[in-house]
Amino acid sequence: MSKQEAVSGYAAWPGVAWALRRDLRLALRSKAELGVQLLFYAIVVTLFPLGVGADPSLLRALGPGVLWVAALLASLLSLPRLFAADFADGTLEQIALSPYPLPALISGKILAHWLTTGAPLAVASPILALQFGLDARESAALFAGLLLGTPTLSLLGAIGAALTLGLRAGGALLALLILPLYVPILIFGAGAVGATHAGLAAGGEWSVLGAALLASAVGAPVACAAAIRIALD
Amino acid sequence: MLQAHDLAACRGESTLFSGIGFSLAPGSALVVSGANGSGKTTLLRILAGITRAAQGTLAWRGTAVDPFDPGLRAQALFIGHVPALKDELTAEENLASLTSLHGTRAEPAALAAALAGWTLTRHRALPARVLSQGQRRRVGLARLSLVTRTLWLLDEPATALDDAGIAMLRTVIAMHLAGGGIAVIATHQELGLPADAIHPLRLT
Repeated sequence: MSKQEAVSGYAAWPGVAWALRRDLRLALRSKAELGVQLLFYAIVVTLFPLGVGADPSLLRALGPGVLWVAALLASLLSLPRLFAADFADGTLEQIALSPYPLPALISGKILAHWLTTGAPLAVASPILALQFGLDARESAALFAGLLLGTPTLSLLGAIGAALTLGLRAGGALLALLILPLYVPILIFGAGAVGATHAGLAAGGEWSVLGAALLASAVGAPVACAAAIRIALD
Repeated sequence: MLQAHDLAACRGESTLFSGIGFSLAPGSALVVSGANGSGKTTLLRILAGITRAAQGTLAWRGTAVDPFDPGLRAQALFIGHVPALKDELTAEENLASLTSLHGTRAEPAALAAALAGWTLTRHRALPARVLSQGQRRRVGLARLSLVTRTLWLLDEPATALDDAGIAMLRTVIAMHLAGGGIAVIATHQELGLPADAIHPLRLT
């Protein structure tokens, strides 16, 4: 938030709350879209045990990576819609012209996006992990890692979604733009499960995931706001 | 007090308009007319601060404003030619949601009065997706009755409205101007606003 925006007297939190409440309500009205992403995640994860065969040690080694890669892809699936619907029906214009700070409104939208996409993935992952024979400690590490990592995916993905607003091949470009940025999250997220498997403490991985979350929570809404203003111009 | 000096806008290589200047005192309205593609919407978007002007300056109450200026955002209400409604929400929810986005608490009584004023009471619980174009337009315009702003920027507000809707629009704009408000209206239709408050601007 710039100094000027603070002067105008409209606080950030009501803006976050407005966007969060509205987007959650919209998501609950179109439940089918909520289910599609979770189902996609479940199916992609399930394809691997079917494809590589039932070798327990192989599955166990593959498991964390597969679950994380599937989470990245599932996150990518829902991102193009994050701003595109508001852009098409003129709501994004009204959001950008609201007296509330634009980064605050965007933070609310991203939070709603995570609650409806990332959080369900994290919750479903321990069940899906059973197919790979992960034990309770590894499943817990997977769950915690996804809980810490998926908000970062939403935040980084939102930057890509804002940058590709209004472009014709936006979806494909979004994937090319965002997947490289997801790499560190994938490495440390899957790495935390791997370390737990090897009986090591995963404190370093948690710290990196947490740091990435904090940095992107601060930076992403501001970057999105700048990109949206350019898209509306 | 809204002042524009020597505004120009380009779309790609071609110039839409240039040398547009005006000064609007409280209680006056600028009615922008012109053929399709003459830049009416662009001019309104420049005034709202969404689009950057290729050239020229804009001043609000004597101070120059930039695009997305927070001071201007808190004073202006821009209603574009798309009504900014969410198909999944009802007419009432859409109106309440947009009103609170503008930083105004949507009190149930005020909301009901605005819906009644725009004859939407019967359709308040219908999702916006089943409303007609004219009804969607009315939901968007009902914000004018709820949100207090000095500067109104209306892009083709009369599109799809029936005679009663246009009469209602005329009434709220006249009241706004009588109360010292300023309006910039891009329109094809004759709205029948009080002639002494109107400054016509024709884009070519």
